[in-house]
Amino acid sequence: MCNCNETIPDLRYAALEKTLEKYQGKSGKIIPALQETQEIFGYLPDDAIKAIAAALKVPSSEIFGVATFYGQFHLQARGKNIIRVCTGTACHVQGSGKILDAITQTLGLTGGMMTTEDLLFTVEPVACLGACGMAPVIMINEEAYGRVSPDDVPEILAQYQEKDGKEKCIA
Amino acid sequence: MHSLNDMRKQFQDALEESRKHTRVVIGLGTCGIAAGGDKIWHEVSRYIETHRLEVEMMSTGCIGMCYAEPLMEVHMPGEPRFIYGNLTPEAAVDILKLHLSEGKPSPEYIVAQDPRGFEAAANITRLDETPFYKRQTKNILGRCGIIDPEQIVHYIALDGYAALEKVLSAMSPIQVIEVISRSGLRGRGGGGFPTGRKWEAAYHSYGSKKYVVCNADEGDPGAFMDRSVLEGDPHELLEGMAICGYAIGADEGYIYVRAEYPLAIKRLKKAIRDAESMGILGDNILGSGFNFRVQIAAGAGAFVCGEETALMHSIEGKRGMPRVRPPYPAQSGLWGKPTNINNVETYANVPGIIRQGADQFAAMGTENSKGSKVFALTGKINRTGLAEVPIGISLRDIVFDIGGGIQNHKKYKAVQIGGPSGGCIPENLLDTPVDYDSLLQLGAMMGSGGLVVMDEDTCMVDVARYFLHFTQEESCGKCAPCREGTMRMLQILEKICDGKGTPQDLDTLESLCRVVKTTSLCGLGQSAPNPVLATLRYFRSEYEAHIYDKKCHAGVCTELLDITINADKCKGCTVCVDVCPTGAIKGERKKPHVIDPAVCIKCQACMVKCKFGAISRG
Repeated sequence: MCNCNETIPDLRYAALEKTLEKYQGKSGKIIPALQETQEIFGYLPDDAIKAIAAALKVPSSEIFGVATFYGQFHLQARGKNIIRVCTGTACHVQGSGKILDAITQTLGLTGGMMTTEDLLFTVEPVACLGACGMAPVIMINEEAYGRVSPDDVPEILAQYQEKDGKEKCIA
Repeated sequence: MHSLNDMRKQFQDALEESRKHTRVVIGLGTCGIAAGGDKIWHEVSRYIETHRLEVEMMSTGCIGMCYAEPLMEVHMPGEPRFIYGNLTPEAAVDILKLHLSEGKPSPEYIVAQDPRGFEAAANITRLDETPFYKRQTKNILGRCGIIDPEQIVHYIALDGYAALEKVLSAMSPIQVIEVISRSGLRGRGGGGFPTGRKWEAAYHSYGSKKYVVCNADEGDPGAFMDRSVLEGDPHELLEGMAICGYAIGADEGYIYVRAEYPLAIKRLKKAIRDAESMGILGDNILGSGFNFRVQIAAGAGAFVCGEETALMHSIEGKRGMPRVRPPYPAQSGLWGKPTNINNVETYANVPGIIRQGADQFAAMGTENSKGSKVFALTGKINRTGLAEVPIGISLRDIVFDIGGGIQNHKKYKAVQIGGPSGGCIPENLLDTPVDYDSLLQLGAMMGSGGLVVMDEDTCMVDVARYFLHFTQEESCGKCAPCREGTMRMLQILEKICDGKGTPQDLDTLESLCRVVKTTSLCGLGQSAPNPVLATLRYFRSEYEAHIYDKKCHAGVCTELLDITINADKCKGCTVCVDVCPTGAIKGERKKPHVIDPAVCIKCQACMVKCKFGAISRG
């Protein structure tokens, strides 16, 4: 039976509490604490930042300062699948701009929006993925795709759309 | 002190023994995986399992030949190592079948053979004679692509940790520093500061607690040398850091790895665990009384953290902003303690120097730049990949001999060396020897070693704009010249690319470059103007064409393009009408079509689709 409509207790906060145990009072561990929190939530919700501040005994303003300094951290909810488009020099000269266009077009993202409404995808241009020999490169979650052409994009994305469609409501 | 020699002998015998079996080796660095190496691994191992074959599978790091990825090697007992490239999973299985059934290499996908003391096969180029390998000197990359990076025994079998043993059993810290100084090793991260002098300063700093830090925040777009070492031979780095720890009197090390390198982090973690469990890292290393522990700090995506003081702030959990030097890290570094900080490639050079002696290292290179350097060849070049060459080789040799020249028979325009902090080198200066000082004179810099090759289709104004966009985004905002200056420079470059540039802009740009370069707080700002200055110096005519003629001859700056249909060539097939996203193309079937410039967004989709070459840009 499908349980989609039942409210389930937010297990993520329990996981966060457990994660923060090892950082109690360790003010130097802001970055790993933020990284692990983002692993749990996919982004950094306000309440989680407050919880980190309490555990590390650091003002939450300082946590916020660190979180906004680094490109890796996100304060807004993000898609389930993160598409990182490399815009490094090698990828740039091999046409990464057209790959980015093809992706936003395929996903129907307009006006600078980077996350799809169904929260399935977030597109993220990144500086360099370090696989320049394979340029242009994109990375979806942990999976890297090299020598991509704009025509390959719909097919690559379809794999993830399908995978998700299947998981959504098996009942 | 215990010696590793008995163990080493055992591992060598085991390695020798494994050569008596058939073995398939697949390159599974990030490049190999991006090219589909893991799919080949999956398919080949399934084939081996279903047919219950006695074939061993091994993964290895980067072999350096990115251009031929995905790669696979087949080792049959008593035969050369055969290296295949550009594979598909099906082809890989067929190759293995042919080796097993007929004992023959497949000619179709073969890249090279490495006889390893066995009789070479006829008509197949030897690896060390291929144009890509012939000019290379494998020094720090000697084990990359040969060993399984996740097996510490492979590293130990191939002289691994012998240098650490030598240092701990027979050398004083000052003797170690003396060897490093005499070798002439200079920092491989960009600046080129003499490593021996750095270590000496940290050694002389007073303090009971000191740190060794490795900068593995390889953020230059177009550079992946360090990643290959981290993924392909992580123990080499750990050994170099431990030797440094012994030399300066530190018992703790940090490796700051950028978050974009998950595989490198995974392999480093395993390498540290393995070394600790064998007593090579940790307390009382090999019974010598020396303690050294290594931790990993994962970066969080800030280019400025490649600057040493910013990097240390980041390890401390703060915003990664640089500070004024002095005091230098050797006096006051991580948590205010004396710290030595070098990059991955610098530490990776250390074990070899200790094992083979300073003189052998110093025999390579030029007068003031010794040893070998790893370069990442990328961009519009035929053979992309990693090449380790003696310092002093010319750029022409790297780009044309090793790299095989420009893709699709296009014309060479420039090579960007040193990433966003470096500059571009035009054709007439290609014979310059690649060393720290010559490159500085040309307005470029060695940087970490990324070489991005550009062809005639690259617009140099757009390249300058690209790099400025990068540094402007990555500027941490602490000092005004960098924060404001890079922004203004970017605005001017964008104006020029949009066809709105004025002659006055070039003067303003040049004076801004001078101010930002001389007054910024850290290396990021001080070197940010380099790409602009270098393009202005060597490709000024392109700037002028954008400003005076409103033309981008490379056809990159879309605002300056006119897309037109040649009526003589157009057959009126209407393919372009269907593909045009804005409906800018009009015309009757079988009659020449026209583009309405007011509606055209210059996406050039029509040009790509036109089968008759009737659409051109100018």
